[in-house]
Amino acid sequence: MNGRNFIYFIKEGIKGIFVHGFMSFAAVSVIVACLIITGTFSLVVMNVNVLIDRVEDENEILAFVDDSLDDTEALALVTEIAAVPNVASATFVTRDEALDEWAATLPEDYRDMMLTGITSADLRHRYVIKTEDLSRAEETAAEIAEIDGVEVQFDPRLSDATLSMQNVIRIVSYILAVILFIVSMFMIANTVKLATFDRREEIGIMKIVGATNSFIRWPFVIQGALLGLVGGAIAFFVQWGIYNYACNLMLNYVGLEMLGDELISFGSIAIRMLLIFIGVGFTVGVLGGSLTIRKFMRV
Amino acid sequence: MVVFNNVSKTYANGTKALKGIDLRVEDGEFVFFVGPSGSGKSTVVKLITAEVDPTEGEMLVNGFDLSKLRRRQIPALRRTIGVVYQDFRLIENMTVYENVAFAMRVIGEGSRNISKRVPIMLDLVGLAHKSRRYPRELSGGEQQRVSIARALVNNPQVIIADEPTGNLDPARSGEIMDLLRKINDLGTTVIAVTHEKDIVNSFGKRVVAFDGGRIVSDARDGYYQV
Ligand SMILES: Nc1ncnc2c1ncn2[C@@H]1O[C@H](COP(=O)(O)OP(=O)(O)OP(=O)(O)O)[C@@H](O)[C@H]1O
Ligand SMILES: [Mg+2]
Repeated sequence: MNGRNFIYFIKEGIKGIFVHGFMSFAAVSVIVACLIITGTFSLVVMNVNVLIDRVEDENEILAFVDDSLDDTEALALVTEIAAVPNVASATFVTRDEALDEWAATLPEDYRDMMLTGITSADLRHRYVIKTEDLSRAEETAAEIAEIDGVEVQFDPRLSDATLSMQNVIRIVSYILAVILFIVSMFMIANTVKLATFDRREEIGIMKIVGATNSFIRWPFVIQGALLGLVGGAIAFFVQWGIYNYACNLMLNYVGLEMLGDELISFGSIAIRMLLIFIGVGFTVGVLGGSLTIRKFMRV
Repeated sequence: MVVFNNVSKTYANGTKALKGIDLRVEDGEFVFFVGPSGSGKSTVVKLITAEVDPTEGEMLVNGFDLSKLRRRQIPALRRTIGVVYQDFRLIENMTVYENVAFAMRVIGEGSRNISKRVPIMLDLVGLAHKSRRYPRELSGGEQQRVSIARALVNNPQVIIADEPTGNLDPARSGEIMDLLRKINDLGTTVIAVTHEKDIVNSFGKRVVAFDGGRIVSDARDGYYQV
């Protein structure tokens, strides 16, 4: 394909879009809708993943060391705990450190009052244990409890149900993406098909005077690609608006303010989102465009 | 040059359109194809342009061996052939000039070549003064001239006209055939399918007669038999 043919193809492709303006509008709308549905799902999944990661970090098993053990014995327990499968780390925290940490979490105004009469002697040494696989944490906690001289406290902040829910959302969003991709593609294919129908006589002449198949194909592929690109770009900006609107809504909602720092900001993923939307739009368009004209290529 | 060696064509529905055709058309010849409706004339045309494949036999068209022709080579073959149809097949929303230029444009010719060559062709067919008209503003004879200009513009070795005068009155028909003869005199091979006895007889050119999918006569300075 040389330069002057390229200009010709672009011109013809654009012509094809405007000849059936309404159909083109419909195709672009469908692409926009599909991209936004998929995009919204992905944004939800991304945010859920971030939240789960954060909660996972906080999800720890506490193993209190029995007061009957002296400090050396208490420190020695680490080898036994670390040997338990699925234990990622076991950090020893003395009773003094534990008290300090606890104090730090209390509101300043009430701290002294709440700590009155409490000394580190009231607390026990403990191990703070993190697991590799959170979904097996309960099992791991039970195994640690078997070790002599420790008492385990584990209250899971994330149940197995939450974790499997996360997987379900992820799988649903993949399936949805594939379905919507195919829907958009056929939408473009149909729009381009109308254009090929209008121009069947031209195509007939092109074939009989010896135009190559690729020459005949290009304007339609470009038509599809342009529709897809426009759809991708529009979807990006609409998605941006929707996302920020939804974030604001949630933050102003009583009880959800604490999500403030946790939500992914659109700005941080805008470039990636734009590239994906435009890339997907382009691919959908090219595939849709090529799909339609395949049958014209025989004879 | 067009060579058929024992060529048969049976369509998918079982119709035996051609049965063992042997034919040789030399470069520079003018040949009429005549014969009753359904005798296979248009099938020969479609075989030459590779719109249909032969069921049997060997074919050579302008140096292309059609039995070995790959799909991707078809455009190259077709650039050596100019086809003229009974119904003109002009594009309605293009001017006369654009219709002819279109044939060059779509095989990748540049605009400099196009603007040089299209006027020459329109002049040859006597339509230079109507280059900005649309097909609907022209008579049938004029539309057929445009389609002849389009067939010629890429400088083919052979022009094939399938009943080019089928939609025209006798006077226009004579003019179109005269134009084809002029083109032949300029060196292009011409194959014309026709039912016009008077014209065939007055031209004194080679006449190949078809009937029932066979060639029933091939007369060098022939006239319309049957
Ligand atoms: N695409 C096709 N499929 C099936 N049969 C066909 C096809 N095209 C032509 N035929 C048949 O093949 C035979 C030869 O047809 P062809 O068009 O070659 O005849 P022709 O000599 O050009 O006739 P006419 O003078 O009416 O144009 C006819 O019986 C016709 O019905
Ligand atoms: Mg015919």
